[in-house]
Amino acid sequence: MGKYMTSVLGWVDQRFPLTSNLKAHLTEYYAPKNFNFWYFFGSLALLVLVLQILTGIFLTMNYKPDADLAFASVEYIMRDVSWGWLIRYMHSTGASMFFVVVYLHMFRGLIYGSYRNPRELIWLFGVGIFLVLMGEAFFGYLLPWGQMSYWGAQVIINLFASIPFIGPDVALWLRGDYTVSDATLNRFFAFHVIALPLVLLGLVVAHIIALHEVGSNNPDGVEIKKNKDPVTHIPLDGIPFHPYYTVKDIVGVTVFLIVFSAVLFFAPEMGGYFLEANNFIPADPLKTPAHIAPVWYFTPYYSILRAVPPIMNSQFPGVAAMGLSVVIFALLPWLDRSPVKSIRYRGNLYKSWLAAFVVSFIVLGYLGTKPSNVWGTFGADVAILGGADVATVVARIFTLVYFLFFVLMPWYSSRDKTKAVPERVTA
Amino acid sequence: MKFAEMKQMGLLCGLLMALWQPLAGVASEAEVHLDRAPIDTSNQASLQRGARVFVNYCLNCHSAAYMRYNRLVDIGLTEAQIKDNLVLTGAKVGDTMKVVMPAKDAKAWFGAQPPDLTVEARARGADWLYTYLRGFYRDSSRPTGWNNTVYDKVAMPHVLWELQGQQVLKTELKRDAHGHETEVKQLVLDKPGKISPAEYDATIADLVNYMVFMSEPSKGKRLQLGVIVLLFLGLMFIVSYYLKKEFWKDVH
Repeated sequence: MGKYMTSVLGWVDQRFPLTSNLKAHLTEYYAPKNFNFWYFFGSLALLVLVLQILTGIFLTMNYKPDADLAFASVEYIMRDVSWGWLIRYMHSTGASMFFVVVYLHMFRGLIYGSYRNPRELIWLFGVGIFLVLMGEAFFGYLLPWGQMSYWGAQVIINLFASIPFIGPDVALWLRGDYTVSDATLNRFFAFHVIALPLVLLGLVVAHIIALHEVGSNNPDGVEIKKNKDPVTHIPLDGIPFHPYYTVKDIVGVTVFLIVFSAVLFFAPEMGGYFLEANNFIPADPLKTPAHIAPVWYFTPYYSILRAVPPIMNSQFPGVAAMGLSVVIFALLPWLDRSPVKSIRYRGNLYKSWLAAFVVSFIVLGYLGTKPSNVWGTFGADVAILGGADVATVVARIFTLVYFLFFVLMPWYSSRDKTKAVPERVTA
Repeated sequence: MKFAEMKQMGLLCGLLMALWQPLAGVASEAEVHLDRAPIDTSNQASLQRGARVFVNYCLNCHSAAYMRYNRLVDIGLTEAQIKDNLVLTGAKVGDTMKVVMPAKDAKAWFGAQPPDLTVEARARGADWLYTYLRGFYRDSSRPTGWNNTVYDKVAMPHVLWELQGQQVLKTELKRDAHGHETEVKQLVLDKPGKISPAEYDATIADLVNYMVFMSEPSKGKRLQLGVIVLLFLGLMFIVSYYLKKEFWKDVH
């Protein structure tokens, strides 16, 4: 049997680099041995991507991208299709969990300096993945054709209309109609099920190829390729990805699936955060909901949009700030001037800024789910701020902190008191 | 993981938890107090009573166009029972719950077509429905003669008035301990109906229970399967944890 397998493998290897690829990416890809909790989220993101594609394929078999049929077809999937409810909940829970995992993955990059030289391209591909993922989520959210789907899409497309000069034409071009309509639903379906998934897969492949070219960073920010065994040329602090990290990731996957299943089976709506109550009302172009809020993973940026005051009656500054707040991540490799990569060897200055950034991200995210009068208004007797919404003022302060984290990084990262980085990774 | 990192994570989790509160019901009606609906979707007798109220009263004007009659076997009925007792139109037992009233008439009579109720319980929530259906009161300024404490100026008349009787909204001035007077609006039963207020509340609870079931008929199966899946994953965690430990013995 073994002999037979070897000859089949030999036959394949003469025609396709199977064994050499398995070696390069799994059995002889040497990863630092000191990966911690934060290093689970890359493989988990890949898992969720596969889940979304598989469940998506089965959903398209019964979903109808037609303004008259879309809402009913989703309920048909939930009721009449065998296991349709499970597939749909996997997809809707997967969408939110994708962002949970990706945000934690990005945070890992932030704290351990994974974007630094020589991993700038990995980071840039990653930012690309994040942008496409946002597009994918946005297009997909229209498909159930509920009230939030409809009005959310309406609001986001109207943002493009605020671009000076070409805005209204751009919005019309995106919608394919003067309002969000059947034409919009059809093209969003095309983008969601084929265009963006293709780009996403391409970027993920590029992300992993670039990673395996330079090798993984680690919680110490030490380059393990600098300390190789003189005979075997294997990094002294490296261990083969397979079997070590494959078995470790199985543990991570299991824990993740426990969380995922707990949501999917016991709280698929997640208190209105994953599936909004208003989206169980079919889209009605004549009835605007009282409060339109995006899904939770977009709310930090939505808060920034609302926080920036309009100039000359144009919403464009807010839109530009929102766009910038996402794209600015791409500049990190060049903004960070610290001599060390990992937070373990950075000083308090950087740590404080990072903490301020995390707090502003979370507070902005929270405020984005609420109407801007959620915390009431300042009394008329308060100087300058009298009459303003408290939440808006808070959002403005945290928007400023959000951007200062990036803009001031060249200054505070180079001035910071850092600790000595060890030669080898620590346990 | 280093201790400092664990501390950071704990802080992060705490912050996230603090912000984690349900979004539902944030909309404009947030000020209205909603009574908690005393429902239990595992109580089949209650679901069956609710289904009977639903097809007798609601289905005349509202549809439940995604709900099939024969799905009611999930609440312990046979197809024959469904056909004989619950299909009041000419529909077949495998059909969905369509409304008989033509859309044009509906528009003329009520100003708008009454919404489909299949997933209404997921859009509004059980408590909203429970309070709403008990919140009708006489209001001569409205074209239908009815208004509602939860849904002001509602187009729908009080369909169940024969059961509940007629309520009126009384405004009283209440004085608190500090002597401040506040206006308190209260529903008072003016003319009793065929059943007592307690019986009416129980009937509405059954109806809301049914509507919650109808909004997601697979929920029972979902919860059941969830327990099995989590048990399996718990087992898988133990196996994968020790597998990892075994493999990593030689890594130092």
